[in-house]
This record gives sequence, structure tokens and C-alpha cells, in this order.
Amino acid sequence: MGIESYLQAILFGVVAGTLARLITLRSDYRQYPTYLHGRIIHLSLGFIAASLGALAIPALLEMEFTAVTFLTVAATQFRDVRNMERNTLTELDQFELVPRGSTYIEGIAISFEGRNYLVMFAAFLTTLAYITWGWFPSTVVGVLTIVAALSFMSGSALRDIVEIEESDISFDEAGLYVDNIYIMNIGIEERQEEILKYGMGFILKPKNINVITTISNLGQQQAILHDASATLGVYKDSGTPALTPLIKRDLDDGRLGVFILPLVRDPELAKKVIGSVPVLENAIKMPSEATFLKGGKK
Amino acid sequence: MIVEKAILAIITTKEEQVGGGAPIFICTSNEELQLFSTNLEAIMDGIAHRLSDEVYIIVKH
Repeated sequence: MGIESYLQAILFGVVAGTLARLITLRSDYRQYPTYLHGRIIHLSLGFIAASLGALAIPALLEMEFTAVTFLTVAATQFRDVRNMERNTLTELDQFELVPRGSTYIEGIAISFEGRNYLVMFAAFLTTLAYITWGWFPSTVVGVLTIVAALSFMSGSALRDIVEIEESDISFDEAGLYVDNIYIMNIGIEERQEEILKYGMGFILKPKNINVITTISNLGQQQAILHDASATLGVYKDSGTPALTPLIKRDLDDGRLGVFILPLVRDPELAKKVIGSVPVLENAIKMPSEATFLKGGKK
Repeated sequence: MIVEKAILAIITTKEEQVGGGAPIFICTSNEELQLFSTNLEAIMDGIAHRLSDEVYIIVKH
């Protein structure tokens, strides 16, 4: 095959890969990445990933096997992407009224790394298809890989694993309760009135045993609080630690009592927001999959 | 060892119930107790917790 057709094949791969990155790069309510600058960084990295993926096939066909070592450069590069995201977000987290928490941050950083591999894969397959079948099948493969990348992107949300119910908040002496779950001790009556006025309570009921361990993860709980506060606003300032959204657990049955202080006081909207909090990969535990429980081999 | 929480101040109307290392504010009435707690909470960036009707503590979390 001539150098000309390789060029076209690589071009197809690079375009497909970069497109995949463009489509998987979305700024949503998390406001991350921020517009323009953050986008440019990730698009450029996506372009580099796509180029690496696209170059691999022609290099192999030309018997340049050592070129494959380039892919290890890619792996190092993308691990750095994860580090970069983690560092930035951890720095920024100190100045959030309700922080994301490191579990959430790690989840975001991992998906940034993961998406670059998807981009590389998309470019790789598209180039392969171009060289073996021609431009039309290659376009189809490109589209398919982008669709696949999109489906890999969406994990499950909290609404899939818990039932969310609104619940009353109340004070017993100084103790704040959501349903029967103790949240914290608030001494001053003025604060208690504020909390009763602005606070809202929700109960999350786990649907099965795996879920109990997943939602008991403190990082997952912090993610719920952060997302609720980021979307609905929060009645809190730097000098008012008593006004802090909190989640506590009912030790008897694993239910969570969620106490938030939203500015937008719409229970249905709040349920929707809590329901769409992502289930963090790092929080997922599967006790029911333990082989020694199933009677299998250890 | 990292101490995560600390009692920054104790506010009370019942002097004989409290003692120890934290600053103690002795108040004469319940209103004064509330006022002191509110002010100290704001000043210290801590949370005022009620142990009993007579004893409040400001805790840094």
C-alpha cells in the first residue's frame, strides 16, 4: 500500500477519534471542564490520542513493530491526564461550600483517562477498517465506535439503586432528626429555626444488600450532598458551620437520612437531582458476588 | 495523632458543672447564654452544641 492511502487512513482515524472526544466532552451541571480553556486542553489531548491510535496500524503493516512501544508513551501520557485532573479538582475543592470529596474527584479523573483510551481505540479501529475495506465501511466503523464510546460513558445513577422519599425534619431537644435518623446537635434556637425553615429531609431506601454497602461509602454520600448543593443552591456561608448539609445512616437497616439546605425548595426537583447523582465506581461493592458465600472456590 | 474536633469554649449558667482546659463563660440568665453562644459561634467559626439547658459548648469541626 502506498504512503498516500496510509495518509487517508490515518486522517480518517484521527478525525473519528477527535470527534469521539468532542462528543464525550460535555460541560454539564458540574461545570467541569470549564468552557474554552478546559475544552481546548482536552480536545488537544484527544487529538494526540487519536493520532497515536491511528498510527499504530500503518506502523504494524510496515513491519515497524517497535512503533508499538509508542502506545506505552500514550499510556503514560493519559495517566498524567488523570493526575492533572485530580490535582486541579482537589485544589479547587477546598473552596467549595460543600466539597465534592476525593471519591467523586477520583471518579471524574478516571473517566477523563478512560475516555482518552476510548478515543485511541476509535481511531485504531477506524484506520484498520479503512485499510482493509475502504472509506465507506471505515465511516460506519467510526460512527459505531463513537456510539460505543457514548454508551461506555453513562454509568448508573442513584435512582437505579435506591428509593427516594421526602421526609420531615424535626428537633428533639438539640438533636436534629430526619425521620428517625439523628443528624447533628444544634444548640442555638435561632439556628434551629433557620434549619426548620430552610432545611429539607430525604430518606434513601436501599433496594438490595449490595446497595447498602455502596451508599454507606462516605465518598458517595459526599457526592450526593455536593450535587444537591451545586444544583439546588445551598443556604450556607463560610462563617456558618452549623448550616451544613449532612447525611447520616440508620445502622439498623442501612437507610440514609439526607439533610440539605437548598435555595430552590422544590421537593420533586430535589428528588430528581438526588436520583441523578452518579453511582461512583469507587464506592460500588458487591458482597453478594463473594465466591465463598456462593459456595464456589475461594 | 490528629485531633479533628476541639472544644473552643464552654458557656454555662451552672458554674459547678464545668471545668477544664477550655475557656469558660459564666452567664447569669438563659438569654445571656443564648447571646454568648450565638456570638461565640459566629466569632470562632464553630458550632454551638447544647449538652443540657445550662451547658453549651462551641466545637470546631
